Amino acid sequence: MIGLSHYLTVAAILFTIGVFGIFVNRKNVIIIMMSIELILLAVNINLVAFSAYLHDVSGQIFAMFVLTVAAAEAAVGLAILVTFFRNRGDIAVDDASMMKG
Amino acid sequence: MNLQAIAFYVLSVITVVSALGVVSARNPVHSVLYLILSFFTAAGLFVLLGAEFLAMLLIVVYVGAVAVLFLFVVMMLDVDFGSLREGFVRYLPIGGVVAAVLVVEMVLVATAVGEQGAAKGSGAPDILLDAPNTEQIGRVLYTDYIYFFQAAGMVLLVAMIGAIVLTLRHRPGVKRQSVMDQVARTPAKGMRIVQVKTGEGISE
Repeated sequence: MIGLSHYLTVAAILFTIGVFGIFVNRKNVIIIMMSIELILLAVNINLVAFSAYLHDVSGQIFAMFVLTVAAAEAAVGLAILVTFFRNRGDIAVDDASMMKG
Repeated sequence: MNLQAIAFYVLSVITVVSALGVVSARNPVHSVLYLILSFFTAAGLFVLLGAEFLAMLLIVVYVGAVAVLFLFVVMMLDVDFGSLREGFVRYLPIGGVVAAVLVVEMVLVATAVGEQGAAKGSGAPDILLDAPNTEQIGRVLYTDYIYFFQAAGMVLLVAMIGAIVLTLRHRPGVKRQSVMDQVARTPAKGMRIVQVKTGEGISE
């Protein structure tokens, strides 16, 4: 019997993999952004699982809003990345401090 | 073990394995492809939970838009990705320790919530309630959450404008059509009469 805790466990493992990905790929900002997407996916799984097991559709509405923000974040983040690459010819985030004003 | 449990275990194992592929693949293009697989199987989990609308939205938005955007950027930027991987082994132990602690804590909390929390004793999700999933979402989204819905639209608008402003660049020396100049052009401005001396021609 698949219960709520099964889904929460899958989401927890996905979240952890996202955090782990940020830890080990500290230089590659593209992988870091993909890890953030994984973390937001884990959050969405949590929201939908609670929505299903509490018989309340509000959780799915919130998951939609998380999806919206994730899409906006990816678009703006990749735009910043492209601009950064044009200015530097590299995407190593170690020396991203040159972006400060 | 019923069919639903088998589907759940298959989908979750594929999701977790492909997520591991995202963070550990050597080639970023493979990372993006693993990310797409991960989103697909997560959409399968959503279908199991009875959230079909969100599952389709996940495929359309993530696989159709976000992952393709990632793929574009990875292939467009000419970066030596090998040099970006240095430090992977150095940060592996500390990252592994933090991840292990995090996953143990969160699984403990998840188990406790599943057994004692607000959803205690609630059985399998009722997939067939009074209305289809899409209709339920529509009823709530356009009434109780209408302002949040509008705000989400504004967030997307601002993100779109921001991305355009960030990446737009005006290159000097590119010939462009100037509609204003074309419309404002008159015969007087458009031509002039030159008196040419015999045998000399025009050098201009």
